[in-house]
Amino acid sequence: MGAAEETMEQGNGTPHDELATEQYLTFIMDNEEYGVDILAVQEIRGWEEATPVPNTAPHLRGVINLRGTIVPIIDLRLRFNIEAIEYGEATVVVVLKIKTDKGHRTMGIIVDAISDVYDVPIEDVKNTGMGDNANVRFIKGLVTVKKRMVILLELEKLLTIDD
Amino acid sequence: MSVDLSQFHQVFFEESYEGLDAMENGLLNMDMDDIDSEVINTIFRSAHSIKGGAGTFGFNQITGFTHVVETVLDEIRGGDRKMDQSLLDILLASVDCLRGLLQDLQSGDEPEMDTANELKAKFEAILSGQTEGSAPSSNGASDSGNSQSGNEDQNGSTPDGGGEGWFIRFIPEPQLLQSGNEPVRMFRQLEEVSEGKMDVKVFHDKMPTLSAMNPEHCYLSWEITIKKNVDRAQIDEVFEWVIDDAEVHIEPLVGTTLTEEPAPASPAEVEKPSDLVTSAAKEKVPEKADTKAAKKPPSSPQTQESSSIRVSIDKVDSLINMVGELVITQSMLGQLGQNFDISRIQRLQEGLAQLEHNTRELQESVMKIRMMPISFVFSRFPRLVRDTSRILNKKIELVMSGESTELDKTVMEKIGDPLVHLIRNSMDHGIETPDKRVANGKSETGTVKLTAYHQSGNIVIEIKDDGAGLNKEKILSKAIENGLITEDQTLTDEQVHDLIFQPGFSTADQVSDLSGRGVGMDVVRRNISALNGTVEVESFPGKGSSFIIRLPLTLAILDGQLVSVGDQTFIFPLVSIVESIQLEGRDLNNVGGYSDVLLLRDEYVPIIPLSGTFNLNVESKTLEESIIVVVETEGEKIGVVVDELMGQQQVVIKSLEENYKRIEGISGATILGDGTVALIIDISGLAKMAGVSIKHLDASTIAA
Repeated sequence: MGAAEETMEQGNGTPHDELATEQYLTFIMDNEEYGVDILAVQEIRGWEEATPVPNTAPHLRGVINLRGTIVPIIDLRLRFNIEAIEYGEATVVVVLKIKTDKGHRTMGIIVDAISDVYDVPIEDVKNTGMGDNANVRFIKGLVTVKKRMVILLELEKLLTIDD
Repeated sequence: MSVDLSQFHQVFFEESYEGLDAMENGLLNMDMDDIDSEVINTIFRSAHSIKGGAGTFGFNQITGFTHVVETVLDEIRGGDRKMDQSLLDILLASVDCLRGLLQDLQSGDEPEMDTANELKAKFEAILSGQTEGSAPSSNGASDSGNSQSGNEDQNGSTPDGGGEGWFIRFIPEPQLLQSGNEPVRMFRQLEEVSEGKMDVKVFHDKMPTLSAMNPEHCYLSWEITIKKNVDRAQIDEVFEWVIDDAEVHIEPLVGTTLTEEPAPASPAEVEKPSDLVTSAAKEKVPEKADTKAAKKPPSSPQTQESSSIRVSIDKVDSLINMVGELVITQSMLGQLGQNFDISRIQRLQEGLAQLEHNTRELQESVMKIRMMPISFVFSRFPRLVRDTSRILNKKIELVMSGESTELDKTVMEKIGDPLVHLIRNSMDHGIETPDKRVANGKSETGTVKLTAYHQSGNIVIEIKDDGAGLNKEKILSKAIENGLITEDQTLTDEQVHDLIFQPGFSTADQVSDLSGRGVGMDVVRRNISALNGTVEVESFPGKGSSFIIRLPLTLAILDGQLVSVGDQTFIFPLVSIVESIQLEGRDLNNVGGYSDVLLLRDEYVPIIPLSGTFNLNVESKTLEESIIVVVETEGEKIGVVVDELMGQQQVVIKSLEENYKRIEGISGATILGDGTVALIIDISGLAKMAGVSIKHLDASTIAA
């Protein structure tokens, strides 16, 4: 849970740089690094068994009780059609709170492991042109941090599109 | 004025609506020959508070109109005027009119004054028909009205006039402003009363230096001279709200004092103290309202439907008590935990038991906060019945009982319209015309009984009439006409009665203003189902019909039966369970190779395996080992196959939609004792799913 505190702290800070930057929390999935807008991150939890919901897509692992609220949990590997793995010690649920046209929505995504927090200058984010990759719709852009590629996710779409 | 009064408008509107309801109630319950002074006083007080409030907020249209109403009411109260049917009608119409005016003002429109002026003219005609009995001046009638309403707690008000005028010394306590009283407003009122013939002298000798001054305090005092023969009561009324917070001396003015006073009496002079007060009050917190209106925190003025509820102080007190106990238990457990050893396990267990007890009690009381007596809904029906029976030319009496039955506020808000519809329906279709009734050997006056009571965790509302009952032939022919059934179908009485709940069904010979538009019973049923309730109809030809509505007490809590399928737990609403049976050796028939049907006594009940319908990837038991929960939905029975029955418990319903979406066959979720989530089954949804899946199977077999 130490990670959660740390990220929350940074999330509240406003960047003083001249350059407009955004902070991203990154995590690892299948050896790739993905980033989500840190302001959307509510907390980071260890994986716990969720209650499955009948007749839903396989990537919806179920719902959990988050202090009295029912929160759906999505397995991001399954969502991206990446091969599933056994959940382990490092497996975490990133609880995200996003604004939709129907108000706030809270959801959790299961990822392999948490990585880091980066300041990303907005102008460095490159648009993706990857053709008809089905997952492109979930991707906001790509950015290079420390010579590694980070895939920035479009959370609104990730959490609302349900097919 | 420096304070924005508009923030209190919402409170004023809410209170005024309540006042209007009280007036309406009083008028309807009035016994014309023997008027109960308590009833007329209630009506009068309501009218008076509306007038006062409207005056405060500057809604002159309302003040003007209410004033005449009040005058008439006062004459009735004083016994100077006899109450009769026509007067009652006009008074009721003015209640409606006021409600309309208030609604216009609330939505920020210019109020539509046509009806008001019409009614006002009527009232004035009534009043002028009788000049005797009230004070001689032109506004004498209102004066006497005000005097009687206002002087409940006044010190020695004399109703006689003030000779040449009045001299008033007004020395407020410093905290006057905090109780929401505004001297400037009072002076304006006095100015109105005296028609401008007034002097105001302000004394600021008590005003401290700027640094010592408390901007929320009033340091000024005034001497007011009114040089006009006005009624003492009118002056008393102005100071009515402040006598507790100020020294007020009112003396009749004798000739000498009058001449001593400086001559020019003008609004400008009156404005002076206002400026002073304004500057003194520059930083005043805007918590100013008429003390009477400040009972409740104002909700935002934009919300048309108020989202606040009034909770009786008893309920709040008991809550505070319980929280107190909870805190004590918590500190007891805390102490126990600080130096715990195994020998004190007994104490710990006791403490935990107490904690559980406290928590449950607290939960129950919190739930009770949302509960309100159903009279909030019922109160509008006497009027409805009265007006509707007029239109229909029928004599109908409404008998209500169980008005104090409590119901969740959310349920209450949504049950009003269906009830209105059912009552209208009973009056329109159920009760016969007086001559028909007499011909059938019944009394001329029909009765509609509205009853509410609690029954096993539900609230039951019955609407019963002693009319003709449902016309079975007419329903059948109409249903055939509309293609709902075929001519050769034979239906039980129950099934026939159920037809009226079908969409687009109406037996009314003519489309009336009231019912018969074909949108009705199906909407009623749908609305009630949306509240997890049911509606049934019983009919006895020639004797009447009754509609029985069953509703859960609250939407937030549900009595649930926990069942397990594989390693998963689901919850059935207990109300929908008819029985649970073990299959062993029972009659199970297989229809067409896919769906199973259970012969339960004389009925064939379709069987739905929960694991199959929900595509649960679990190893469940064989059908013979399983348990079948027979549930009823919309009059149909279905058997749901589960592995095991677990406990029954009350569960708090949580929304799945809030963060996810609606799932077919699931009505919500809840959190079990161990913190895990369990899903609550939506029986009618499940039945629909099962029906769909059978059709799918059929289609695929045909395709194959």
